[in-house]
Amino acid sequence: MKNTSRPISKATAIRQNLSRFIPFALLRLLGLFITVVIGVYLTILIANMGGKVDELRLLQIRTTVGEQVRADPAFFDMPVAERDDIIESRVTLEVKRRRLDQPFVARSIDYLLAAVRLDLGRSEEMHSDSGAREVSAIILERLPATLLLFGTANLAVFFSAVFFALRLSRRYGSWMDRAVIALAPTSAAPAWFFGIFLILVFAFLTPVLPAGGMVHVPPPEGRLAWGLSVAQHMVLPLAAMFFSSIFISIYSWRTFFLIHSSEDYVEMARAKGLPGRLIEKRYVLRPALSPIITSFALMLIGLWSGAIILEQVFNWPGLGSLIFRAIGHRDTPMIIGSVVIFAYLLAITVFLLDILYAILDPRVRIQGGRS
Amino acid sequence: MTSFSRAVAELKRYPSAVAGLLLIALLLLAGIFAPLYIPYGEALAKWRGGDAWRMYPVNAAPAWTDWLTGNNNPRTQILSTRDASRTQAHFAGGRQEHIALHFDYEADGFPSELNVFLQTDRSARAPFVRLTWLTPSGERFLLGGQRVSAADRISISQHQLLSQRLGQAPHVGLFAQPASRKSGATPVVQKGRYTLAIDAILFGDEATLEADLVVYGRVHGIAGTDHQRRDLLVALLWGIPIALAFGLLAAVGTTLTTLFIAAAGVWYGGWRDALIQRLTEINMILPLLPILVMIGALYSTSIWLMLGVVVLLSIFGGGIKMYRAMLLPIKQAPYIEAARAYGAGGFRIVIRYMIPRVLPVLIPTFVTLIPTFVFLEASLAVLGLGDPVLPTWGKILNDAQTQSALYNGYYYWVLAPAVLLMLTGLGFAMLGFAMDRVFNPRLRSL
Repeated sequence: MKNTSRPISKATAIRQNLSRFIPFALLRLLGLFITVVIGVYLTILIANMGGKVDELRLLQIRTTVGEQVRADPAFFDMPVAERDDIIESRVTLEVKRRRLDQPFVARSIDYLLAAVRLDLGRSEEMHSDSGAREVSAIILERLPATLLLFGTANLAVFFSAVFFALRLSRRYGSWMDRAVIALAPTSAAPAWFFGIFLILVFAFLTPVLPAGGMVHVPPPEGRLAWGLSVAQHMVLPLAAMFFSSIFISIYSWRTFFLIHSSEDYVEMARAKGLPGRLIEKRYVLRPALSPIITSFALMLIGLWSGAIILEQVFNWPGLGSLIFRAIGHRDTPMIIGSVVIFAYLLAITVFLLDILYAILDPRVRIQGGRS
Repeated sequence: MTSFSRAVAELKRYPSAVAGLLLIALLLLAGIFAPLYIPYGEALAKWRGGDAWRMYPVNAAPAWTDWLTGNNNPRTQILSTRDASRTQAHFAGGRQEHIALHFDYEADGFPSELNVFLQTDRSARAPFVRLTWLTPSGERFLLGGQRVSAADRISISQHQLLSQRLGQAPHVGLFAQPASRKSGATPVVQKGRYTLAIDAILFGDEATLEADLVVYGRVHGIAGTDHQRRDLLVALLWGIPIALAFGLLAAVGTTLTTLFIAAAGVWYGGWRDALIQRLTEINMILPLLPILVMIGALYSTSIWLMLGVVVLLSIFGGGIKMYRAMLLPIKQAPYIEAARAYGAGGFRIVIRYMIPRVLPVLIPTFVTLIPTFVFLEASLAVLGLGDPVLPTWGKILNDAQTQSALYNGYYYWVLAPAVLLMLTGLGFAMLGFAMDRVFNPRLRSL
């Protein structure tokens, strides 16, 4: 942001940057929103091919109307046949109101609007720990557990990978470097796979850690004890995720840094006699920052979808095991709701990535402001 | 071809590539061997379970675990009356038969179960059968008498009276040394020659009776058995061709379609390229695993449907961006211009000129992609969305998980499919990584 020909104050520079940055962010947000909408619509189409959602809504209407009429004291003395007639006519009205008698294309827009507004409807079989039936309430209850586990794991893997990769790229060819290269193919196995072995060794052969769950049963009293219990339960799933991606991450970052540190400008800096740390910080890391961030976000996205099975193996009460239980119950609103949430999470990840890009790379900002 | 043989020669310098190739070759051989050893229909019928497995033990560990632990666990012994001598005494309207089944029991552990299967034929009335157990020390236990139907099973292990009398489960008490049969003592195996005497009264001149005594072992074969008595070898063996087929087909399908779309986008450019870019972004939002899970829950869990969906969802996958970056400079290459000059159409240029150019660079990616899909199939099966009929590794893992195999100490049940999965993954990944270093010019010097 240096401008040698026409010196301007810092405040003006920031204002100028912001004026470019905000339209860019808004545009990007709009684009992502459209993407989410299309993605969710595709999900609805997939889920509707069997007419499942329609059957479900008809059923839902019938039960709610039936409950309403039966619970209404005004109808208590009525003969059953007459009451059924009333239920029937109200169901027809409700079907008309929700346009269930209309073609699917028109209605799919309705579903889409509801899903986008996160109005995910009510679960058929499941309820949250506080007893709520709303899909969104159940999901919101599970979200923190997923965020805690996967956030910790991603950050740990990412930062240790970049850290070790930088050290290895300096000591390229050493035994540690070779060990990492040799171990990299083990990352072909997903985290849950390592989880099985970890559970076998640390929970059954030498029972030192819990095999699954998030806290001890019953949950310990007090914040500290509770936190310790959660930490203890997190060790194995964290280790599984760490081992499944650490070697490949170190390997690819090491290769990346090696390629980058053989660039001409780095050679130049070295020829100038700059200290190694400075070269690393200013000449290797800084230009490589955008790819680093990209891969960080891609890893986040990859781990979102990998969550289902890992949570299932470790019995972790997050979004993944929620989906798994929803499948078990054939609870369609729950499954679709979770997919919608996944789509939103991915979109948010992508959006944050774009914002970070814009902060890191001035070219993106300028382009974004113009378009 | 020379460049190919040079690449092979260079690959030989990497021990990991050689090891990976060896692993893949072994798996391929096993994958060819599996359908020859157990034909497809037979494998499916067997894996469905049921009566065919009645003479197999429940949850028996593989026989080789004894070498590791130094134990001498019993194997399953099946004794048929067809091989035994019998004495007969006729009476009006029928006959009395006495059959003695002798067998030696030399294992240190107790059997896991004890059953007698009886088949009678051409009988005027249901025959009457009485069983007597003789131990090596000469003790005699009456196992009771009963009428038997055409195909009957006498479950000695479930004999309530007997287990009350012995103070232990019958398959333990009947094999224990008399002194160790007291309550509170640990039962010790009595080795030697046991006899099951079968006294039967048959009605009708032509009536026949055959019996099989099954002394179920605690170890079985090279793979062990599961909770439904199925020999895990069926699924472990058949899992190989299924995993390889799924991994290969999915990798080929996704790589080729993605590559084609990326090349077409680059070549035609304009709105088509923009559309492909936007579709890729939408596809990134669509979560693959939840959608697969949803399709599995709502429609069918057939492995081929899953394969189709995986390929469909990766058509606009993240690979497109990478391929696009590779293909963009190629579009300007002189040889493409030459092709245009002789009048080649867009489709021809994409198929014959652009895609072949990047293929060698993509081979390593392709090889490392295979284990991803192998594990994806296993993941779906572990979630309970495995193919309903096919025996696969993931389904073994799923069974093991639902039966709490680790908790119950049936480690072999989890370890065998897991090790096979890992070997498959490692084989392709090691080869792929080495290939990446050979084929990828930027990495060659590193």
